[in-house]
Amino acid sequence: MCLAIPGKIVELDALNPQLAVVDVVGVRRKVDLGLLQDDLPVLGDWVLIHVGFAMSKISEADATDQMRTLAILGESEAAMQEVQGYGLENEVRHRERREPGP
Amino acid sequence: MKFVDEFRAPELIGKAGEEIRRLADPKRHYRIMEVCGGHTHAIYRFGLKDLLPANVELIHGPGCPVCVLPMGRIDDGLSLTAKPDFIFAAFGDMMRVPGTHGSPLEYKARGMDVRIVYSPADALKLARMNPEKHVVFFAIGFETTAPSTALTIIRAKTEGIRNFSVFCNHVTIIPAIRAILDSPDMRLDGFVGPGHVSTVIGCRPYQWIASDEKKPVVVSGFEPLDILQSIVMLLRQLRNSEAKVENQYKRVVPWEGNSAALRAMAEVFELRPYFEWRGLGFISQSALKIRNAYAQWDSEQRFYVPGVRVTDPKAAQCGEVLKGVLKPSQCKLFGRECTPERPVGALMVSSEGSCAAHYNYSQHRPVMIEGVAAT
Repeated sequence: MCLAIPGKIVELDALNPQLAVVDVVGVRRKVDLGLLQDDLPVLGDWVLIHVGFAMSKISEADATDQMRTLAILGESEAAMQEVQGYGLENEVRHRERREPGP
Repeated sequence: MKFVDEFRAPELIGKAGEEIRRLADPKRHYRIMEVCGGHTHAIYRFGLKDLLPANVELIHGPGCPVCVLPMGRIDDGLSLTAKPDFIFAAFGDMMRVPGTHGSPLEYKARGMDVRIVYSPADALKLARMNPEKHVVFFAIGFETTAPSTALTIIRAKTEGIRNFSVFCNHVTIIPAIRAILDSPDMRLDGFVGPGHVSTVIGCRPYQWIASDEKKPVVVSGFEPLDILQSIVMLLRQLRNSEAKVENQYKRVVPWEGNSAALRAMAEVFELRPYFEWRGLGFISQSALKIRNAYAQWDSEQRFYVPGVRVTDPKAAQCGEVLKGVLKPSQCKLFGRECTPERPVGALMVSSEGSCAAHYNYSQHRPVMIEGVAAT
């Protein structure tokens, strides 16, 4: 519930400045930057993510710390499951497979 | 960057343990409450109790949002699944929480449209993807999660998405701490303050605990070393007869909190006059409701919900455990009728609940490295 997952901003959304793609251990998902709008992160910044929203900017060293925290708490798997679930990507893919379109 | 499965500065863990033993006055008994469920989980997982002297006792607080939610709210939320073309979306943590007629997962097995989402933004996405259906997002959580729900509701309004609403169960941590301090059977010496809630609210809201109640508060990180350092900081204050709010988790928690998150919450939510907490009863101004300006996105204002009140199973002593009056294993149902596989009470459902943590880690050895305590 209270997982805070570190991710690196690897792509900013050209159309919507409040969205960005983050990389979490190689998995890339869109997250919402709206809760950091007073101090928007830039490309290459590290953020802590909670339920699909970037909650705070952190340093790379703190991101490493947070990775370790999740691992020793036995929560890295849950964290990756959460990140992979962002954007309903599994559901969207499943639907695309079923409905190949016209 | 990868996950690394080793402790930060293990040599310091032993030192912190030593410092705790040095600071704790053998003539006193210290009762320290960790408010946050994440800390409870960590304390059990690392067997931190074994590093503390017998007179430094950790009391597990109310900071597990799944655990403090009364069953009636789950029933109320699930009642909406009976409506045709409704999708009920909730976080995975909620899926096994028992309501009177089963958990969300059991409703799903019966054919109701129940979905797991990992973000409120994805519940809104479900609404965009299913314009012919109505999506109810069952929102739970403290101030860590509430801003994300708030921003999602703002986004729904901005985009004019009308087939989406939130069944709001967000609660706030300060009134719960106040209720615990007001409870006559509680005597506490200090608090390990929540980590991620404080990234949002900052450290200032705890000031009254120090100034009015004269109890120290240390906002803490989640690693063994963080929690032990926080206990050192608390004991140091207690030894000097001080009561201050300190921030051990500076690498993540800014003293002022997150202004944009607080603004989003203030824009969308107002305080409910009162809200029922499992185990603690009704607490004034302890939960958030959606403001009238956003009534369109409030499941409770938009649809009929029965307003069920369910008393906890009599034999389950969740309330006493939640307040720290009983230890999990002292409950009559613990480990027999009530297990993580078949939870009766909510404290057994979430890994952050003290009963589940106690059950999981009292059978298996905690993860703490052998020998660290002795160094």
